[in-house]
Amino acid sequence: MTTSTPTHAEHGMSTRGYVNIAVILAAITALEVSTYYVDFGPLFLPALLIMMVVKFFMVVSYFMHLKFDNKIFSWLFYAGLFLAVSVYVAALATFHFFLR
Amino acid sequence: MAETAVAHDTHATSTGLSNVKLGMWLFLGSECLLFGGLISTYMLYRGRVANGPTPEQVYDIPFTSVSSFVLLMSSLTMVLAVTAAHKKDDRNTNLWLTVTALLGATFVGGQVYEFTAFYNEGLGFTTSLFGSSFYTLTGFHGVHVTVGIIMLLALVAINKRSRVPGSKSETVEMIGLYWHFVDIVWIIIFTLVYLIPV
Repeated sequence: MTTSTPTHAEHGMSTRGYVNIAVILAAITALEVSTYYVDFGPLFLPALLIMMVVKFFMVVSYFMHLKFDNKIFSWLFYAGLFLAVSVYVAALATFHFFLR
Repeated sequence: MAETAVAHDTHATSTGLSNVKLGMWLFLGSECLLFGGLISTYMLYRGRVANGPTPEQVYDIPFTSVSSFVLLMSSLTMVLAVTAAHKKDDRNTNLWLTVTALLGATFVGGQVYEFTAFYNEGLGFTTSLFGSSFYTLTGFHGVHVTVGIIMLLALVAINKRSRVPGSKSETVEMIGLYWHFVDIVWIIIFTLVYLIPV
Protein backbone atom coordinates (compact mmCIF):
# COMPACT_ATOMS: atom_id res chain seq x y z
CA MET A 1 0.00 0.00 0.00
CA THR A 2 1.92 2.96 1.28
CA THR A 3 5.26 1.18 1.01
CA SER A 4 5.52 1.92 -2.67
CA THR A 5 5.75 5.64 -2.01
CA PRO A 6 9.06 5.83 -0.12
CA THR A 7 10.49 2.79 -1.90
CA HIS A 8 9.93 4.24 -5.32
CA ALA A 9 10.95 7.71 -4.24
CA GLU A 10 11.65 10.27 -6.89
CA HIS A 11 15.13 9.51 -8.10
CA GLY A 12 15.89 13.10 -8.87
CA MET A 13 17.62 12.82 -12.23
CA SER A 14 16.50 13.04 -15.82
CA THR A 15 17.80 10.87 -18.65
CA ARG A 16 19.97 13.79 -19.71
CA GLY A 17 21.39 13.95 -16.18
CA TYR A 18 22.35 10.26 -16.29
CA VAL A 19 24.00 10.72 -19.69
CA ASN A 20 25.97 13.68 -18.31
CA ILE A 21 27.17 11.53 -15.39
CA ALA A 22 28.21 8.80 -17.85
CA VAL A 23 30.16 11.34 -19.94
CA ILE A 24 32.00 12.54 -16.82
CA LEU A 25 32.76 8.93 -15.84
CA ALA A 26 34.07 8.24 -19.36
CA ALA A 27 36.27 11.35 -19.22
CA ILE A 28 37.72 10.32 -15.85
CA THR A 29 38.39 6.81 -17.21
CA ALA A 30 40.24 8.36 -20.17
CA LEU A 31 42.31 10.41 -17.70
CA GLU A 32 43.07 7.25 -15.71
CA VAL A 33 44.24 5.42 -18.82
CA SER A 34 46.39 8.43 -19.81
CA THR A 35 48.49 7.86 -16.66
CA TYR A 36 49.72 4.67 -18.33
CA TYR A 37 51.18 6.69 -21.23
CA VAL A 38 52.03 10.06 -19.65
CA ASP A 39 54.44 10.47 -16.74
CA PHE A 40 52.56 12.21 -13.91
CA GLY A 41 55.59 12.03 -11.60
CA PRO A 42 54.78 12.03 -7.87
CA LEU A 43 51.12 12.81 -8.66
CA PHE A 44 50.67 9.43 -10.36
CA LEU A 45 49.45 7.38 -7.38
CA PRO A 46 47.34 10.01 -5.57
CA ALA A 47 45.73 11.11 -8.86
CA LEU A 48 44.77 7.53 -9.74
CA LEU A 49 43.36 6.83 -6.27
CA ILE A 50 41.36 10.08 -6.22
CA MET A 51 39.90 9.38 -9.68
CA MET A 52 38.98 5.84 -8.57
CA VAL A 53 37.20 7.14 -5.47
CA VAL A 54 35.37 9.87 -7.43
CA LYS A 55 34.11 7.33 -9.99
CA PHE A 56 33.06 4.94 -7.22
CA PHE A 57 30.99 7.55 -5.39
CA MET A 58 29.49 8.96 -8.60
CA VAL A 59 28.11 5.54 -9.55
CA VAL A 60 26.92 4.81 -6.00
CA SER A 61 25.34 8.26 -5.51
CA TYR A 62 23.69 8.81 -8.89
CA PHE A 63 23.29 5.48 -10.72
CA MET A 64 22.49 3.54 -7.52
CA HIS A 65 20.40 6.50 -6.27
CA LEU A 66 21.88 6.50 -2.75
CA LYS A 67 22.04 10.30 -2.88
CA PHE A 68 18.27 10.49 -3.38
CA ASP A 69 17.13 7.45 -1.37
CA ASN A 70 16.40 6.90 2.31
CA LYS A 71 19.52 7.28 4.49
CA ILE A 72 19.05 3.79 5.96
CA PHE A 73 20.20 2.31 2.64
CA SER A 74 23.32 4.48 2.75
CA TRP A 75 24.05 3.35 6.31
CA LEU A 76 23.70 -0.33 5.38
CA PHE A 77 26.05 -0.06 2.42
CA TYR A 78 28.63 2.32 3.86
CA ALA A 79 28.78 0.29 7.08
CA GLY A 80 29.81 -2.77 5.04
CA LEU A 81 32.24 -0.70 2.99
CA PHE A 82 33.79 0.95 6.07
CA LEU A 83 34.11 -2.41 7.82
CA ALA A 84 35.75 -3.97 4.76
CA VAL A 85 38.23 -1.11 4.27
CA SER A 86 39.12 -1.04 8.00
CA VAL A 87 39.60 -4.80 8.30
CA TYR A 88 41.69 -5.17 5.18
CA VAL A 89 43.83 -2.05 5.72
CA ALA A 90 44.62 -3.48 9.18
CA ALA A 91 45.32 -6.90 7.66
CA LEU A 92 47.64 -5.41 5.02
CA ALA A 93 49.39 -3.32 7.68
CA THR A 94 50.23 -6.47 9.66
CA PHE A 95 52.06 -7.72 6.56
CA HIS A 96 53.97 -4.36 6.35
CA PHE A 97 52.33 -3.75 2.96
CA PHE A 98 52.40 0.06 3.34
CA LEU A 99 56.11 0.11 4.24
CA ARG A 100 57.26 -1.51 0.98
CA MET B 1 -2.53 -2.00 -15.62
CA ALA B 2 -0.56 -5.01 -14.39
CA GLU B 3 1.60 -2.62 -12.35
CA THR B 4 -1.50 -1.23 -10.64
CA ALA B 5 -2.64 -4.74 -9.85
CA VAL B 6 0.63 -5.83 -8.28
CA ALA B 7 0.89 -2.62 -6.27
CA HIS B 8 -1.79 -4.04 -3.98
CA ASP B 9 0.36 -7.11 -3.32
CA THR B 10 3.02 -5.13 -1.46
CA HIS B 11 2.69 -5.14 2.31
CA ALA B 12 3.33 -2.35 4.79
CA THR B 13 6.59 -2.73 6.69
CA SER B 14 7.57 -1.40 10.12
CA THR B 15 10.24 0.82 8.55
CA GLY B 16 8.03 2.05 5.72
CA LEU B 17 10.74 0.82 3.38
CA SER B 18 10.84 -2.18 1.10
CA ASN B 19 12.33 -5.23 2.83
CA VAL B 20 13.60 -6.43 -0.54
CA LYS B 21 15.56 -3.23 -1.02
CA LEU B 22 16.88 -3.30 2.54
CA GLY B 23 17.97 -6.90 1.99
CA MET B 24 19.69 -6.01 -1.28
CA TRP B 25 21.68 -3.14 0.27
CA LEU B 26 22.66 -5.39 3.18
CA PHE B 27 23.80 -8.04 0.70
CA LEU B 28 25.84 -5.47 -1.25
CA GLY B 29 27.41 -4.23 2.00
CA SER B 30 28.47 -7.81 2.78
CA GLU B 31 29.83 -8.22 -0.75
CA CYS B 32 32.27 -5.39 0.04
CA LEU B 33 33.87 -7.76 2.56
CA LEU B 34 34.13 -10.56 -0.03
CA PHE B 35 35.80 -8.40 -2.67
CA GLY B 36 37.84 -6.53 -0.06
CA GLY B 37 39.41 -9.84 0.94
CA LEU B 38 40.14 -10.84 -2.64
CA ILE B 39 41.59 -7.42 -3.56
CA SER B 40 43.76 -7.36 -0.40
CA THR B 41 45.08 -10.85 -1.16
CA TYR B 42 45.97 -9.77 -4.68
CA MET B 43 47.71 -6.61 -3.44
CA LEU B 44 49.76 -8.74 -1.06
CA TYR B 45 50.76 -11.35 -3.63
CA ARG B 46 50.99 -9.41 -6.90
CA GLY B 47 54.76 -9.08 -6.63
CA ARG B 48 55.31 -12.73 -5.68
CA VAL B 49 56.40 -14.29 -8.96
CA ALA B 50 58.76 -17.24 -8.52
CA ASN B 51 57.79 -18.75 -11.87
CA GLY B 52 56.10 -17.46 -15.00
CA PRO B 53 55.44 -13.97 -16.27
CA THR B 54 55.12 -10.82 -14.14
CA PRO B 55 52.04 -8.54 -14.26
CA GLU B 56 53.85 -6.04 -16.50
CA GLN B 57 54.66 -8.80 -19.00
CA VAL B 58 51.08 -9.99 -19.45
CA TYR B 59 48.77 -7.03 -18.86
CA ASP B 60 47.33 -5.45 -22.00
CA ILE B 61 46.21 -2.04 -20.71
CA PRO B 62 44.63 -0.72 -23.97
CA PHE B 63 42.50 -3.88 -24.25
CA THR B 64 41.44 -3.83 -20.57
CA SER B 65 40.69 -0.09 -20.83
CA VAL B 66 38.20 -0.74 -23.62
CA SER B 67 36.47 -3.55 -21.71
CA SER B 68 36.37 -1.35 -18.57
CA PHE B 69 34.72 1.39 -20.63
CA VAL B 70 32.16 -1.11 -21.95
CA LEU B 71 31.24 -2.19 -18.40
CA LEU B 72 31.05 1.44 -17.26
CA MET B 73 28.63 2.29 -20.08
CA SER B 74 26.50 -0.72 -19.17
CA SER B 75 25.77 1.10 -15.91
CA LEU B 76 24.27 3.94 -17.97
CA THR B 77 22.05 1.56 -19.96
CA MET B 78 21.02 -0.15 -16.70
CA VAL B 79 19.94 3.12 -15.10
CA LEU B 80 17.99 3.93 -18.27
CA ALA B 81 16.20 0.57 -17.89
CA VAL B 82 15.32 1.43 -14.27
CA THR B 83 14.02 4.86 -15.37
CA ALA B 84 11.89 3.24 -18.10
CA ALA B 85 10.54 0.71 -15.58
CA HIS B 86 9.52 3.52 -13.20
CA LYS B 87 7.68 5.13 -16.14
CA LYS B 88 5.98 1.74 -16.81
CA ASP B 89 7.50 1.78 -20.30
CA ASP B 90 7.88 -1.97 -20.95
CA ARG B 91 9.33 -1.61 -24.43
CA ASN B 92 12.24 0.59 -23.37
CA THR B 93 12.75 -1.37 -20.16
CA ASN B 94 13.28 -4.56 -22.17
CA LEU B 95 15.41 -2.72 -24.73
CA TRP B 96 17.83 -1.23 -22.15
CA LEU B 97 17.97 -4.47 -20.13
CA THR B 98 18.95 -6.34 -23.31
CA VAL B 99 21.59 -3.73 -24.24
CA THR B 100 23.00 -3.96 -20.69
CA ALA B 101 23.19 -7.76 -20.96
CA LEU B 102 24.96 -7.47 -24.34
CA LEU B 103 27.51 -4.99 -22.96
CA GLY B 104 28.06 -7.31 -19.98
CA ALA B 105 28.54 -10.26 -22.33
CA THR B 106 31.10 -8.22 -24.28
CA PHE B 107 32.99 -7.58 -21.04
CA VAL B 108 32.92 -11.28 -20.05
CA GLY B 109 34.00 -12.24 -23.58
CA GLY B 110 36.95 -9.87 -23.20
CA GLN B 111 37.83 -11.47 -19.89
CA VAL B 112 37.75 -14.97 -21.41
CA TYR B 113 40.03 -13.72 -24.21
CA GLU B 114 42.37 -12.13 -21.66
CA PHE B 115 42.55 -15.30 -19.52
CA THR B 116 43.29 -17.38 -22.64
CA ALA B 117 46.03 -14.97 -23.74
CA PHE B 118 47.60 -14.99 -20.25
CA TYR B 119 47.50 -18.79 -20.11
CA ASN B 120 49.20 -19.02 -23.50
CA GLU B 121 51.90 -16.67 -22.20
CA GLY B 122 52.60 -19.09 -19.36
CA LEU B 123 50.44 -17.73 -16.53
CA GLY B 124 48.39 -20.62 -15.15
CA PHE B 125 46.31 -20.66 -11.97
CA THR B 126 49.10 -22.35 -9.98
CA THR B 127 52.10 -20.82 -11.76
CA SER B 128 52.73 -18.21 -9.05
CA LEU B 129 51.03 -16.46 -6.14
CA PHE B 130 50.42 -13.55 -8.51
CA GLY B 131 48.63 -15.85 -10.97
CA SER B 132 46.49 -17.52 -8.28
CA SER B 133 45.39 -14.25 -6.68
CA PHE B 134 44.82 -12.57 -10.06
CA TYR B 135 42.63 -15.35 -11.48
CA THR B 136 40.71 -15.72 -8.21
CA LEU B 137 39.92 -12.00 -7.96
CA THR B 138 39.04 -11.33 -11.59
CA GLY B 139 37.37 -14.75 -11.92
CA PHE B 140 35.06 -14.05 -8.97
CA HIS B 141 34.19 -10.71 -10.54
CA GLY B 142 33.56 -12.37 -13.91
CA VAL B 143 31.21 -14.88 -12.27
CA HIS B 144 29.30 -11.98 -10.68
CA VAL B 145 28.94 -10.29 -14.08
CA THR B 146 27.78 -13.59 -15.62
CA VAL B 147 25.16 -14.04 -12.88
CA GLY B 148 24.04 -10.45 -13.60
CA ILE B 149 23.68 -11.20 -17.32
CA ILE B 150 21.56 -14.30 -16.54
CA MET B 151 19.33 -12.21 -14.23
CA LEU B 152 18.95 -9.48 -16.89
CA LEU B 153 17.99 -11.92 -19.65
CA ALA B 154 15.65 -13.84 -17.34
CA LEU B 155 13.98 -10.57 -16.37
CA VAL B 156 13.50 -9.62 -20.04
CA ALA B 157 11.96 -13.05 -20.71
CA ILE B 158 9.49 -12.93 -17.80
CA ASN B 159 8.72 -9.26 -18.41
CA LYS B 160 7.71 -10.05 -22.00
CA ARG B 161 5.20 -12.56 -20.60
CA SER B 162 4.08 -10.00 -17.97
CA ARG B 163 4.89 -12.50 -15.23
CA VAL B 164 7.18 -10.39 -13.05
CA PRO B 165 6.13 -11.11 -9.44
CA GLY B 166 5.52 -8.12 -7.13
CA SER B 167 6.42 -4.62 -8.24
CA LYS B 168 8.03 -4.71 -11.67
CA SER B 169 9.90 -1.43 -11.27
CA GLU B 170 11.33 -2.58 -7.93
CA THR B 171 12.53 -5.88 -9.46
CA VAL B 172 14.31 -3.98 -12.24
CA GLU B 173 15.77 -1.61 -9.64
CA MET B 174 17.11 -4.51 -7.49
CA ILE B 175 18.84 -6.15 -10.45
CA GLY B 176 20.13 -2.68 -11.35
CA LEU B 177 21.68 -2.27 -7.88
CA TYR B 178 23.45 -5.62 -8.26
CA TRP B 179 24.67 -4.63 -11.74
CA HIS B 180 26.01 -1.25 -10.60
CA PHE B 181 27.78 -3.01 -7.73
CA VAL B 182 29.76 -5.24 -10.10
CA ASP B 183 30.63 -2.06 -11.99
CA ILE B 184 31.99 -0.25 -8.91
CA VAL B 185 34.01 -3.34 -7.98
CA TRP B 186 35.58 -3.23 -11.43
CA ILE B 187 36.33 0.49 -11.03
CA ILE B 188 38.50 -0.48 -8.05
CA ILE B 189 40.03 -3.56 -9.72
CA PHE B 190 40.92 -1.63 -12.88
CA THR B 191 42.89 0.95 -10.90
CA LEU B 192 44.50 -1.22 -8.22
CA VAL B 193 45.20 -4.30 -10.33
CA TYR B 194 45.91 -2.97 -13.81
CA LEU B 195 46.95 0.69 -13.64
CA ILE B 196 49.15 0.75 -10.52
CA PRO B 197 52.41 -1.05 -11.28
CA VAL B 198 53.98 -3.52 -8.82
